[in-house]
Amino acid sequence: MLPMFFWAFVIGGLICVIGQIMFDVIKLTPGHTMSTLVVIGAILGGLGWYDPLIDFAGAGATIPITSFGNSLVNGALQEADQHGLVGVLTGMFEITSSGISAAVVFGFIGALLFKPRG
Amino acid sequence: MLKGKQSWVFPNRPVIEASAAVGGPFEARGKLASDFDILHDDLWMGKDSYEKAHTLILEEAIETAIQKAEMTKEDISFMLAGDLVNQITPSSFAARSVGIPYFGLFGACSTSMEGLALASFIINNQGANRVVTGASSHNAAIEKQFRYPTEYGSQKPPTAQWTVTGAGAAVVTNDQEKQGKLVTTSATIGKVVDMGLSDPFNMGGAMAPSAADTIIAHFKDLQLDPSYYDLIVTGDLAKIGHPITLELLKKEGLNIDSQKFKDCGLMIYQEDQQVQAGGSGAGCSAAVLYGHLLNEMRKGKYQRILLVATGALLSPLSFQQKESIPCIAHAVSIEVHP
Repeated sequence: MLPMFFWAFVIGGLICVIGQIMFDVIKLTPGHTMSTLVVIGAILGGLGWYDPLIDFAGAGATIPITSFGNSLVNGALQEADQHGLVGVLTGMFEITSSGISAAVVFGFIGALLFKPRG
Repeated sequence: MLKGKQSWVFPNRPVIEASAAVGGPFEARGKLASDFDILHDDLWMGKDSYEKAHTLILEEAIETAIQKAEMTKEDISFMLAGDLVNQITPSSFAARSVGIPYFGLFGACSTSMEGLALASFIINNQGANRVVTGASSHNAAIEKQFRYPTEYGSQKPPTAQWTVTGAGAAVVTNDQEKQGKLVTTSATIGKVVDMGLSDPFNMGGAMAPSAADTIIAHFKDLQLDPSYYDLIVTGDLAKIGHPITLELLKKEGLNIDSQKFKDCGLMIYQEDQQVQAGGSGAGCSAAVLYGHLLNEMRKGKYQRILLVATGALLSPLSFQQKESIPCIAHAVSIEVHP
């Protein structure tokens, strides 16, 4: 258990450091930084490299936004296996649906309770 | 009266009869809190949008300045004001409620001195007997305009600046009783300078060359030495832009004593307030000048100051289209009339 804690700390931190470097050194905007990390996660997922990283580092790999890209691709690939090309479209949100729906539902509740104006 | 290439001198010495500054809750915790006439303890200020609150602070600054001058709105011929919101609606909406014939100005954060220069010119050349000029910004209304949506809460690099919630206004008149009063003596109108910088999170760095350009032009046109002024104050160059300007001036052979060279964006907040490089916004130089600095002059601390307000003339669209940031600076010299 202890090595898992250690690697979660290191890998999670490393992904954040990469994001910070993209932001401060490469001077990407916050939006570009975030979407680039999603795409990197998707590519690693497509190559089949992200799931081993999750096995290795646990939440250190699942919490950062790269995990979202991985989930998108995994869902698409799973459905593609069963339903062909259409599966790519239907499966994209298969795994990520809970996260996306939660954002919608909690956003809605937040909007009812507060005045969401900037 | 034109002097040199781009400066006006005002031999009729327009008088700054009165001035006022209004601030928000963050400014109330700042270094210059005691120099504000009105301080709000809430960013909403009892309004249902930040833009309405933005309009309110300008109205308050203008009305307070007119009150302090012991005048009424009917005594004032023109109002000159501007801000940073699309189509400068806070200033125009304030002009709607104040009801004084109005010039809407846009010079980004240099608007305060664009307004004071034009107000002085109008008074000096008998275009009016009394005018009011002001500039304002509201942190939440402006950050939403130029940066990421505030709700997004994106990280800001250390070179970014904090938009001041503040408004400043001054009543400028042709009063003949000038002794001991604050008068404007000259103004230098800046040209647009663009060194190709395109990082909206480093406005100070982008604006520094325009500040240096205007300061050099001012001393050249008026054939003065920097030692003439007790204080030379830039608008909102902050931690990055201010030292760059001093360096650029030195390179051009203009040596300014760093003790006498200040920046409104560095004066307004405490060291422990997290504003990254410093304050910014059209209300920054307006509130610091029309509140703090003029108060210090009234107390006799300074006899002559030069205020150089700097503005970054970008729009959210021009930034998205990857255009660089053109910048401008206008300078006005204010003196205690002997």
